Amino acid sequence: MAINKNTSKYCETRLSGSGGQGLILGGIILARGAIKDGLKVSQSQSYGPESRGGSSRADVIINDDMIYYPEATHFDILLALNQESCDKYIYDLKPEGVLIVDTTFVKNVSVMDSKVYEVPFTKLATEKIGSVVTTNILALSFLVKITKVITEKSLEEAIKESVKPAFYEMNMKAMKLGFELADNYK
Amino acid sequence: MAQKETKMVSKKNNKPKKNIVLMQGNEAIARGALAAGVNFFGGYPITPSTEVAEIMSEELPKRGGKFMQMEDEIASIAVIIGASLAGAKAMTATSGPGFSLMQEGIGFAKITETPCVVVNVMRGGPSTGLPTKPSQADLMQTRWGTHGDGPAIVLYPSSVKESYELAIRAVNLAEKYRTCVVLLSDEVLGHMREAVEIPDIKESQIINRIKPTVPPEWYAHYEQNQKYLSPVASFGEGYRFHVTGLAHDKFGFPTNKSSEVQIMMDRLKKKITHNIRDLVQIESFMMDDAKIAIFAAGITAQAAKKAVVDARAEGIKVGLLRPLTIWPFPDSAVEKMLKRVDTVIVPELNQGQLIHEIERLAKDKKDSKIIRIQRFDGELISPDDVFKAIKEAN
Repeated sequence: MAINKNTSKYCETRLSGSGGQGLILGGIILARGAIKDGLKVSQSQSYGPESRGGSSRADVIINDDMIYYPEATHFDILLALNQESCDKYIYDLKPEGVLIVDTTFVKNVSVMDSKVYEVPFTKLATEKIGSVVTTNILALSFLVKITKVITEKSLEEAIKESVKPAFYEMNMKAMKLGFELADNYK
Repeated sequence: MAQKETKMVSKKNNKPKKNIVLMQGNEAIARGALAAGVNFFGGYPITPSTEVAEIMSEELPKRGGKFMQMEDEIASIAVIIGASLAGAKAMTATSGPGFSLMQEGIGFAKITETPCVVVNVMRGGPSTGLPTKPSQADLMQTRWGTHGDGPAIVLYPSSVKESYELAIRAVNLAEKYRTCVVLLSDEVLGHMREAVEIPDIKESQIINRIKPTVPPEWYAHYEQNQKYLSPVASFGEGYRFHVTGLAHDKFGFPTNKSSEVQIMMDRLKKKITHNIRDLVQIESFMMDDAKIAIFAAGITAQAAKKAVVDARAEGIKVGLLRPLTIWPFPDSAVEKMLKRVDTVIVPELNQGQLIHEIERLAKDKKDSKIIRIQRFDGELISPDDVFKAIKEAN
């Protein structure tokens, strides 16, 4: 199905994993960053009745024109922080799409034509930042630097607006590490 | 009838505007209600409506309003009726299981003509069902959920911005028509976020209930005007009236006299039927030359809209008719649509509710083809699903 081929900025991102990994906050930050870039945005989510565990996902659709439908259906970018979500959503990734997986939990990637980036985000967040809860910011920052879906400056501002002041420094550290990891792929 | 004509315009918007914020659907409902002057909220939190109560509990005390967490939804509907009788603009928010518990109270608000707003953010049912998944299976419950004949004003937005606008409208209509207005949403719409520019609300856009101008000794609580609307005094203002769920005379006292019951029941009906133009809002999207029409509401209409845009790109003459007011049902707009198109596609997140209304209006049109798309597994109907149906119909 044709998806707004006439617009240049149309981009569907799905952040997926399990409940508690901070994916919905990640989606909110990405959406806030897009607004700062002057783009239109729609963010939706799906999760189970549990507060932790179960599968969780956040979708962010960014466009420079009207967005009609809030859920991602054919992703340009897929972030998978666990094996289950990787297996479940990989088939809806566009052939030219970007797949980013957390190899801490994702052990098998059935690669199609997509570009795949394999990084142990959870392991790095725990070991290098000292807190597993920064996994979302680490992975999101990597995603932003690789795909340029929003600007780095807008991401930084959006993080600042969205996390509690006490955790700001820690998340900035995670963001910078995410950017550095992405530089390795250039 | 208020009809919005929207066309596919490509407005490039490059500069971020000042007042644009990322807002959640439930937050938009709460902000809209506050803008409309709601100063009392009583409720019992339930997924996926909890954010409405959460925001009200933070905001109302700051503004001199009152927030009360009740022990359950039966108490929640009762407390907003009580607050409204004392003069407050009162609201509650719930989802399926709570909405079921509120049905008797909603009927009480309707027969006593007490203004109030009930928000129902729909989730999968029946019973506890799917707390974190969307549905549109309460559409008929909003019309027929409480026993007896009665008026029903039910609004259903389909975007975050519209959630804000229709929250204001719901409060306005409750005040104007002295009844319980239901504002619908669904789990996806309630939880999704969009970039929203918050408009400045002028005082002229806010409706307050008509107050009596007669001396207290002449006051009748149900004295109707020619539009079947009536002024309403609040408790404590010096006017004497009686409030009962029994059929009542114009002072509010119970009556079994058929002539008095007739007047009361007529008013309940006619305040809707005589004001259809004011109550019904629809959006007509690319319908001008359409041969195929989609009739969809709420979140499903967004999938339909995307499918319409994609099908138009392939030269298929298809449009969308979207009710913003579910009840009273937009009969005349649907009749007009049925005269002009060959096929109507009705996608909805239930086992068939809106479709009954379309079939009712199409019963004399044997040549109209009506196609149903129904999904009730907790997932949305996607633009692809609607697109496929359009292709098959074309």
